[in-house]
Amino acid sequence: MNTVVLLTLTGLGLAALYFLVASGLSLVFGLADVLNFAHGLFLGVGAYATWWASGNLPGAGPDGFGFVLAVVFGVLAGSFVAVLVELVLIRPLYSRTIEQVLVTVGLSLAGVALLQATWGADPRPFPRPDWSRDVTSVLGAQVPNAGLLLIVAAVVVLGALLAFLRWTRYGLIIRAGVENREMVTALGIDVRKAFTLVFAIGGAAAALAGALGGVYFGTVSPGQGGSLLIFAFIVVVIGGMGSVVGSAYAAVAVGLLQQFVNYYGTSGLGDLCVVGLLAVVLLLRPQGLAGKVAHA
Amino acid sequence: MNASSEPVLSVEDLSVRIAGLHILQGVSFEVAPTGVTVLLGRNGVGKTTTLRAIVGLTPRGGEVRGSVRMGARSLLARPTHRLVRDGLGYVPEDRCVFAALTVAENLRLAERRGVTPAYDKVFALFPELERRGRQRAGSLSGGQQQMLAIGRVLLNDNRLLLVDEPTKGLAPKVVTEVAEVLERVAESVPVLLVEQNLAVVRRLATDAVVLSAGQVAWTGDARELLLETALTKSLLGVGSGSGEVHA
Repeated sequence: MNTVVLLTLTGLGLAALYFLVASGLSLVFGLADVLNFAHGLFLGVGAYATWWASGNLPGAGPDGFGFVLAVVFGVLAGSFVAVLVELVLIRPLYSRTIEQVLVTVGLSLAGVALLQATWGADPRPFPRPDWSRDVTSVLGAQVPNAGLLLIVAAVVVLGALLAFLRWTRYGLIIRAGVENREMVTALGIDVRKAFTLVFAIGGAAAALAGALGGVYFGTVSPGQGGSLLIFAFIVVVIGGMGSVVGSAYAAVAVGLLQQFVNYYGTSGLGDLCVVGLLAVVLLLRPQGLAGKVAHA
Repeated sequence: MNASSEPVLSVEDLSVRIAGLHILQGVSFEVAPTGVTVLLGRNGVGKTTTLRAIVGLTPRGGEVRGSVRMGARSLLARPTHRLVRDGLGYVPEDRCVFAALTVAENLRLAERRGVTPAYDKVFALFPELERRGRQRAGSLSGGQQQMLAIGRVLLNDNRLLLVDEPTKGLAPKVVTEVAEVLERVAESVPVLLVEQNLAVVRRLATDAVVLSAGQVAWTGDARELLLETALTKSLLGVGSGSGEVHA
């Protein structure tokens, strides 16, 4: 029983990480049709900016309010880089899929190389609050606090995203744009502003994943974003492009499946099962769990 | 020519090439400042392509040449959202309401900053849209979706409405309703209408432009065209007496 609770909660922690990366990817793809391979870079920027801030930014540190400040700085940095990427590299290439893929793949490689050149390839110990190293007893299982922190953060981000999509003008434009971008412009709306906004939001969420992932893993390394990005893409495809709720469900499914199978089966089998799940979903429901349904 | 008879829209030598296909080959016509100008022609002749080129929605990679002017302003090369803000209302083929959004949200999307949306006018024309505000647009009937697609465009003032096959796929009774609504709308704003249903055309059209093989084959008074059975037959492939539905 303890093991099941522990695996469930650590699986949900992993799911939280996937969701934070996938939600932005999904919105960006759903609205702007951009397959953003550089999304992992935003995660790396968030992680390194948080790490840097806690050592160098006045007031920031590994504990208490200083920690919050460091994370906020990391999130803002990720968001800023995402906006920059959208304005400078993606915007001139809308509707040119191949070029976009090349640019974003190239950017992610260059970004990782840049992080590596600046701070080295070895994992750096991540400054984290003492309480995050402790465990909390949940139904008899000793669950790491860093995992619980991730879950709480993902739930808050999910709630905030849904409220934003539901209640704000730009949320309305994004929901409509995911369905039919052309018709949004035909109502007199400059949909490109929404593209930039979606990049900013997605960059912020990925950067938060980077910062809290650093807390969770205890280290930060240049390649972290890339390996998470693969699973985030799988989550996006399973959940359905453009659906935040779909991404949340899919992240939970992938995180739990991976955690349980890796524990009860052989290590690594869980990752394989996730790819199997992807194949099954693609065969049975190609639009994803909650994806856009083509209407006649 | 006095000011009131200046055309609201002038299309000159409009050519559109999409994926190597020369769909429009030098189309020229004018849209009168009042009434309904109907764009006719057989299937695949380029009617929708014409409307989409005017509103700047030619697919990426498509090539548009010629000139389209609304008043003194040249429209080509301006982005769609600017054209629409300048008063070019567009009701697309197949309605294109946002199925996942509610009726109220579909309407709210058309609101513009600094402009009071004309909900009174829209709800007077389509009382059903007010009653069904919280219903998802995807669950509306075809006719209701068409009303929504027209209604959201009428929330703002327009100098010209482009309406693409508004009665397509609708039941006969609903076709009549849509025609009635368009007739009332056309009292206050000029309309460029693509329509296949000749009964609707007969009821609404004041001027007609007939396309054939990517070029203008006939333009003039709509009534004149419809009276000439031989002409309508040769241009449209139907006899004018055989309006599919009485509107």
